[in-house]
Amino acid sequence: MARVVVDVMLKPEILDPQGQAVQRALPRLGFEGVSDVRQGKRFELEVDGPVDDAALARIHELAESFLANTVIEDFTVKVEEVAEVGK
Amino acid sequence: MTARIGVVTFPGSLDDRDTQRAIRLAGAEPVALWHKDKDLKQVDAVVLPGGFSYGDYLRAGAISRFSPVMETVIEQAKSGMPVLGICNGFQVLTEAHLLPGAMLGNNHLHFICRDQKLRVENAGTAWTADYAAGQEIHIPLKNMDGRYVADEHTLDMLEAEGRVAFRYVVRGEAADGCGNPNGSLRDIAGITNEAGNVVGLMPHPEHAVEPLVGSGRTDGLPFFTSILKKLVNA
Repeated sequence: MARVVVDVMLKPEILDPQGQAVQRALPRLGFEGVSDVRQGKRFELEVDGPVDDAALARIHELAESFLANTVIEDFTVKVEEVAEVGK
Repeated sequence: MTARIGVVTFPGSLDDRDTQRAIRLAGAEPVALWHKDKDLKQVDAVVLPGGFSYGDYLRAGAISRFSPVMETVIEQAKSGMPVLGICNGFQVLTEAHLLPGAMLGNNHLHFICRDQKLRVENAGTAWTADYAAGQEIHIPLKNMDGRYVADEHTLDMLEAEGRVAFRYVVRGEAADGCGNPNGSLRDIAGITNEAGNVVGLMPHPEHAVEPLVGSGRTDGLPFFTSILKKLVNA
């Protein structure tokens, strides 16, 4: 089994008021020196079977058509091996 | 014979009943449509109402856009059936790529609810023919994700083709409903597709159709009389 991680971020030119609100809160919490914050979404897909090129291509398609709205968002797809956990 | 206008109910739709009522007040026959049902019951036009379909999970309209009813709505809209998306319905139409651009959270991060002043920019669509171009109207606005965005190229194209259907009136008193309420680019409140059969806007015309309730204005009624006339004269 493998985990595929899809990260979705607003495109750089799109205003992110949520990220700005987080950034503005930082000095109040004693965090200095952070000039910008952008907030995004992370999807962790647990995939049955091998994550081969065909499976990755399908996940890419899923990300492009559903998980991200490419009018406003960019996305990345990466595979993360999951350590076997004793059951 | 009058026109039959369908109103889709998604899980989380709020204004489907109000929309049906507005259609009835205009003199057409409202037909309830269900999100799981591909069948449009032979309606002549469809309204996607406001609300929070599928809880706005992922993005507003993102999950509704893949519902069975939308398969048929998308197909029929492309072949000319009139479709109006109000608020959440507008979000569904952009997610479905029936209208360009996308909707994002209000720039001030607050839910907004007020009587908003709009200018009718395009009175040539299936849903706006009973207005006059340049007419200023007050329509209730209530949303979280009302910020219209699109890239510069798309915005220029919309302007050049007269496809900005409604704009927020920004000059004037805030108490009179003026101002850009959500950071929408170029003060865009609503747009139309190239053919003029698909229109989406954030404010809620169905909440301004009778003098007794709400603001007491009936500035939203022409949406529904416009489409009725178009369908009956067709």
